[in-house]
Amino acid sequence: MSQEHTSEFKVKDIWRVFWVLAGITAIEFVVALAIPESVMPKPFKVGLYLVLTILKAFYIVAYFMHLKFERINLIYSILLPIVFIAWVIAALIYESNYWLLLGGE
Amino acid sequence: MSAAQTISSESNSTARLWGGGVEPFGASYGKLMMWFFLLSDAFTFSALLLAYAALRFSAASWPLPDEVFSAIPLIHGKFPLVFVGIMTFILIASSVTMVLAVEAGHRGARKEVVKWMIYTIIGGLMFLGCQAWEWTHLHHDGAWWGSNPFQNADGTPGMVNFTNLFFTITGFHGFHVFSGVVINIIITIMTATGVFDRRGTYETIEKVGLYWHFVDLVWVFVFTLFYLI
Repeated sequence: MSQEHTSEFKVKDIWRVFWVLAGITAIEFVVALAIPESVMPKPFKVGLYLVLTILKAFYIVAYFMHLKFERINLIYSILLPIVFIAWVIAALIYESNYWLLLGGE
Repeated sequence: MSAAQTISSESNSTARLWGGGVEPFGASYGKLMMWFFLLSDAFTFSALLLAYAALRFSAASWPLPDEVFSAIPLIHGKFPLVFVGIMTFILIASSVTMVLAVEAGHRGARKEVVKWMIYTIIGGLMFLGCQAWEWTHLHHDGAWWGSNPFQNADGTPGMVNFTNLFFTITGFHGFHVFSGVVINIIITIMTATGVFDRRGTYETIEKVGLYWHFVDLVWVFVFTLFYLI
């Protein structure tokens, strides 16, 4: 199933992914430089940056690193351990909020 | 690879796939190990970046990236994000030339592989040059491990955490880029001397390509976390 897709990712698609990545970066620039924080508050901007970053990561891993076209067990072997990173993010947000409360007298 | 395909089309049973003689993941040993290495490297970078995120989140205030990273070579004035934008563009472009080298390798087009690999190496060297300039500039401003001349956004003196984390993380990433350039040079020479033609496969280009894209991937996160937020 996954093998026959390999040949379908051609030079044209490589450049399409390049323009997607360049476009997302351009959007990040516009948000950072052209939109004042009175229009778009900082927490909203940060959320948007993170969504766009994960979108870029998806394009790099799926197409440039070709993971989307690998066999399903290889895809899961790489993606499932990322759950641990999500756990560390959750743990550290909780913990750093506590540090903030400790130091913020 | 073809043996694995034949078997999976005949029967999908686990015994056939894991009974030996085929590649259960549909990828060679070397490629699989490169993926697992990159996964472990992803954990290392995550640890660094999340330590940064936690320390920043727990700080009452933090220097503004638009103020700190606003210089570009030769021109005076404040241009927030412009220089790092160029660096990001260079790295994405060198990732594209790497994919094109891998694609040429699939067709066994030796000269094209060499051409795209040389572009990739140039991209990597340009990125390292930009980073060297940025570090030098920040060092002239008095920023280094253990010293932070930049004020926080609220006007209070900045913590050394800021510069320590910046130089450690971009340094570790830069070291990855440097290693990538060295490996790229080695495989370009191997391609040019016909090693992969004699071997009958250009898979080494693919494996090194995975590493190079990973370096680009990490930069995407460094860019967002240090320069945008």
